Amino acid sequence: MQPQPAMDVHVETDAPSAFLSVRDLRVHFPTTDGLVKAVDGLSFDLARGQILGIVGESGSGKSVTSQAILGLHKGSSAEVSGEIWFEGKELVGMREDRMRALRGNEMAMIFQDPLSSLHPFYTIGWQIVEAYREHNKVSKAVARRRAIEMLDRVGIPNPDKRFDDYPHQFSGGMRQRAMIAMALVCDPKLLIADEPTTALDVTVQAQILELMKDLQREFNSAIILITHDLGVVAETCETVVVMYGGQCVEQGSVQDIFYKPQMPYTWGLLGSMPRMDRTRQARLTPIPGTPPSLIQVPRGCVFHPRCRFRDRVGEACTVMHPDLEEIDASGHRARCHIDKHQRSEIFANEIAPTL
Amino acid sequence: MSKTARTEAEADGVHPAAARPDALLAVNDLKKHFPIRQGILIQRQVGAVRAVDGVSFSVAPGETLGLVGESGCGKSTTARVVSKLLEPTAGSVMFEGQDIARYSRSRMRTLRTDIQMIFQDPYSSLNPRHTIGTIVGAPFRIQKAKTEKGVKAEVQGLMERVGLNPEHYNRYPHEFSGGQRQRIGIARAIALKPKLIVCDEPVSALDVSVQAQVINLLEDLQNDFNLTYIFVAHDLSVVRHISDRVAVMYLGKIMELTDRDVLYSTPMHPYTHALMSAVPVPDPEKESRRERILLVGDLPSPINPPTGCVFHTRCPKYREILSETDKQLCRDVVPLLDLKKEDHFVACHFPQVRADIAAAVDVGVTAKEVAVEQAREAVAAVAAIEEAVAEAAPAPED
Repeated sequence: MQPQPAMDVHVETDAPSAFLSVRDLRVHFPTTDGLVKAVDGLSFDLARGQILGIVGESGSGKSVTSQAILGLHKGSSAEVSGEIWFEGKELVGMREDRMRALRGNEMAMIFQDPLSSLHPFYTIGWQIVEAYREHNKVSKAVARRRAIEMLDRVGIPNPDKRFDDYPHQFSGGMRQRAMIAMALVCDPKLLIADEPTTALDVTVQAQILELMKDLQREFNSAIILITHDLGVVAETCETVVVMYGGQCVEQGSVQDIFYKPQMPYTWGLLGSMPRMDRTRQARLTPIPGTPPSLIQVPRGCVFHPRCRFRDRVGEACTVMHPDLEEIDASGHRARCHIDKHQRSEIFANEIAPTL
Repeated sequence: MSKTARTEAEADGVHPAAARPDALLAVNDLKKHFPIRQGILIQRQVGAVRAVDGVSFSVAPGETLGLVGESGCGKSTTARVVSKLLEPTAGSVMFEGQDIARYSRSRMRTLRTDIQMIFQDPYSSLNPRHTIGTIVGAPFRIQKAKTEKGVKAEVQGLMERVGLNPEHYNRYPHEFSGGQRQRIGIARAIALKPKLIVCDEPVSALDVSVQAQVINLLEDLQNDFNLTYIFVAHDLSVVRHISDRVAVMYLGKIMELTDRDVLYSTPMHPYTHALMSAVPVPDPEKESRRERILLVGDLPSPINPPTGCVFHTRCPKYREILSETDKQLCRDVVPLLDLKKEDHFVACHFPQVRADIAAAVDVGVTAKEVAVEQAREAVAAVAAIEEAVAEAAPAPED
């Protein structure tokens, strides 16, 4: 918790009071084609017991962010800079062995594809026990009891029998439950779920999301939910970060993002999905073009090549990189050159009626 | 007992769902069972995976039929059997009045100009060693189709039509993004101006913003070439957007089949209710007010499906509402896909319109129309009763 010497006046280097605080995170990968700026200046805070959603298309830097928080880029060629404060500990510069003690114990992760993240050669039970005994000095029998208790907690029938099953004997939904059991076995304070339900059916997705919300209430852990599905965000999250081209383009409470979004990309996302809860539209309004290359990020605003509203501003969009400007005191921020009031007007008159 | 009842009922003819006179494609009691064999030298069949188990539906020209359900429900197998990538075990597939279910490969080949397919994964459905020109031009070469200005000009025209740059004729699939690759797959499918395109999850691998582009493209092409689609998807919102009719499948059977607006405003099958209530809606307030029907457990194995109604093991209505005698019926008798209302097929012993589920969906005008229609039916029913009473009343006086 001791304050660090200030190196840069613009960067806050004191340990922040928030439970998890990401400050100006950058993850760059040098490749033969050039520098891939997968995450470029991302900042957000997360309180204990809160669920944060990170939304974006593939290649927007969502997963890289979560890997950086868990320190999974250590030892790779990735260049990670910025700060990640977790309960007063700075993670970016932390030694690998100390990181290892945190990982799986105080912070855990659920991956998208449960089949490829479980080891096919070991039983489900063995894999959960391994995670538990790594961080707790207990006997095998105690660990086994704990694992069975967790399997039961996540809703796997006959957990004492299924303990000795191999991953291929589980269905997709059950594998994801087993992954959650494994992630929660040490009661982590922070859980990162990277597209936990994308590979699952809607009915199973509903079960898993319900389970995650239950567990979050019970253990008061903080959850970062990474997804591309705005429906999942609306259902589970309290705060949202919208990412595009490795940057946060809008952040705020779930109400801000869904009822008064301020960034044309968020409008585009909301407009391009067919919705069950509204009158069926004759045509969808897709975002034109394709997501940008992270090697040659567009000059100015990252979104300008696909933005329908860039003529409202003129030159600035193609030349100047917009700041993540604060909209109100509640923490709603957006990265856009269009004037704040004009944006609200555009949303009310042109976007909201078409959603 | 239940099985014989089913075959007897249908022995004399086709299922009403497959008996539309104007249909381009009519599928009647289609079955696809994959045999399970055991033994090292002498292999004998010890069972079968009943992937598709008695499916009937029809598609009119220019219409889109959505096939929706969880993974493992047999929707993709149905699509593959219809396009004859798999041989059906039983049942008929009538395309323009001819049963193509028993067509040989060579006979089927001539029909391939009329029936095409778009696949889910744009990464594995394009040959990485072929250029786009070769891939999209393949149908012309295989079918020896005549082209006005040569295959290359035709292919470049197609590429332009689906929103690709014709100058990329000599590029390889890996040089394109997921959305662009799906456009290549679409160009290949429409090359020979087919009548029916079977789309197997064509947009589920794509990002939201790109998904909307591809859906719009599919709709434009349908209008331009009067295409008929069978659209397989697991996303109920996408299916609602693109389909005219929707079939909900579960464990190899159709549970509910009707017009899109009717299905989404007045769903009758408990499985449809569960599916609809599970779809997350991008509106936090509606989300928090909604009641969600959670299904317990997993999909039963299609090797050994439950007796009676295949859904009864997970059915919330069976578990919570039905009496013991009603439950007995669900366990013993297979519910047929019957007409419960006009043009509304439901395979359930106790179907019920759940307005509260539909209410989560703002269906706008159509919901009103359905309500008006129901009110009219009620008025007509009252009038009929009054008439019957009036007719019956004078009788004792005589």
